[in-house]
Amino acid sequence: MTPDHPALHWSDASVTLGQRTLFRHVNLTIPTGSFVAILGPNGVGKSTLMKTILGLQHLSEGSVSVFGGSPEEARPLIGYLPQRHHFESSVSISGRDLVRLGLDGDRWGMPLPFANKFSASARAKSAQVAEVLEQVGATSYADRSVGACSGGEQQRLLIAQALVRRPQLLVLDEPLDSLDLPNQVAVAELIATISNVHGVTVLLVAHDVNPILSHLDQVVYLAHGGVLTGSPKEVITSENLSALYDTPVDVLTTSTGRLVVVGQPDAHGGHHPHLGHGNHHGHAG
Amino acid sequence: MSSPVVSLNPWTDLSTMWSYPYLRNALIAGSIVAIIAASVGWMMVQRRQSFLGHTLAVVSFPGASLALLFALPASVGYYGATVIAALIARQSSDAQTADDRQSNATIGTVQAVALATGLLVISRSSSFLTSTTSLLFGSFLGITSNEVLLIAVVGVVTGVVFIAIARPLLLATFDATEATAMGIPVAALNVVFAVLLACVVAATSQITGALLVFALLVMPGATAQILTPKVWKGCAISVGLGLGILWLGIGLSFYLPRLPLGFCVTSVGFFAYLVSHVLVALRSRPHLQGNVA
Repeated sequence: MTPDHPALHWSDASVTLGQRTLFRHVNLTIPTGSFVAILGPNGVGKSTLMKTILGLQHLSEGSVSVFGGSPEEARPLIGYLPQRHHFESSVSISGRDLVRLGLDGDRWGMPLPFANKFSASARAKSAQVAEVLEQVGATSYADRSVGACSGGEQQRLLIAQALVRRPQLLVLDEPLDSLDLPNQVAVAELIATISNVHGVTVLLVAHDVNPILSHLDQVVYLAHGGVLTGSPKEVITSENLSALYDTPVDVLTTSTGRLVVVGQPDAHGGHHPHLGHGNHHGHAG
Repeated sequence: MSSPVVSLNPWTDLSTMWSYPYLRNALIAGSIVAIIAASVGWMMVQRRQSFLGHTLAVVSFPGASLALLFALPASVGYYGATVIAALIARQSSDAQTADDRQSNATIGTVQAVALATGLLVISRSSSFLTSTTSLLFGSFLGITSNEVLLIAVVGVVTGVVFIAIARPLLLATFDATEATAMGIPVAALNVVFAVLLACVVAATSQITGALLVFALLVMPGATAQILTPKVWKGCAISVGLGLGILWLGIGLSFYLPRLPLGFCVTSVGFFAYLVSHVLVALRSRPHLQGNVA
């Protein structure tokens, strides 16, 4: 786990689930400190690729290293935000308590009452939670019930939960999903700040690339069982995307030099038989 | 019993109640049950497993009547039936999540069969007619010292297990994937909690009867969640409310003998639930005005 090691390195990695090969012979390196998005149609194994980092999905071939070690060894260095839809309004837990569970929720036993009054380590943990809430701008609603918070507020709280152990790698599964446009932009900026200012390596999975495109150092396109990677300008071209999605996709450059992807079939990859969606049809991809 | 008179001095009234041995048993056993039911029930409400809790309560009725039919202690039937039903329900759910919605049809089926079995058992024997009411709606006259001892043992064991697993279980409730990634054995915890809930429901059934278990299991936790979003404070409030509901309920039923215990306990619980809604509504009003101003 020295600085010489890249944050992530997949070597000849393949994952087969039953009859279905999600991806095979993937070679991919993510440098430390970069902000990277894994993109691609639904069902190609974006989340699965991410789970191999967390030790939640084993490779059928090849290897993956995280800061030079195994996923299990690197686990304390990783903050993870799973894909989710939002909390129902009846959920009764404060944002502060939710973030605190991300810090010490794996400890057995109930926390002692009034621990902050007599325990310095309890006070330190409370301070750590307060600091991360401030960092994501959630302090003003942290003591409200999560169910009463908006989608954008809930997502900030969940990012705070993933950040609370001060990870070196932040892994986010569809963090912009189910947010409205202003919140997508705001949360994307927050994640970019975490990467740029705090030096955290960020890996996120997305199916809509536009809100994050201007912040990314590297994109990884996953489709047809293989990967295409590089800087956004290299990878995100009409030719590449049209081939990957098997449907015409345009990439435009705005007057301010931003890339915009148009015509991306974002949630409907299943309509394209060539992409081999074994989850619907049961054949190999 | 001679009809007791309320002195309106809480201390005198309590001493009067305490002087009756059967009532002392009811207060001791009831307090233990109130504490574990309020804390485990609070977790059950957080986990959205109230339907499972209700089914376990219903299942305790045929369990206890079957035990009586075979001349076994009722407690064998209570605990046996609820634990078996909890394991069946868990078996048909997704191992990784608390969510029992997928298995609701199975749970509902178990519930119907359980009630029908109870009906069959009591219809085979006329001598059950008196005990049927107490099996369904509770009675505090019948608690023997041996039953108090059993409830105390169950109370200590379930209490210790609950305190040990509460924090990782709560994390697994809100985020099973994250919990798994943090190394928490989520599937095992889900099974442990289902069995824990079964034991608590069985113990509670002995006091409140099968159908009014929810007075001590759901009402304190649901009320606490209305009052605060802070989780551990909510759990403590739930336990306080559970004890309050039980003691006030037993007191009411003692001094107003025409009112059955189950009705008294449940009414007090419902009153607390209503009052907490009103309190929260009142508390949030000036807050809203302040924001507008």
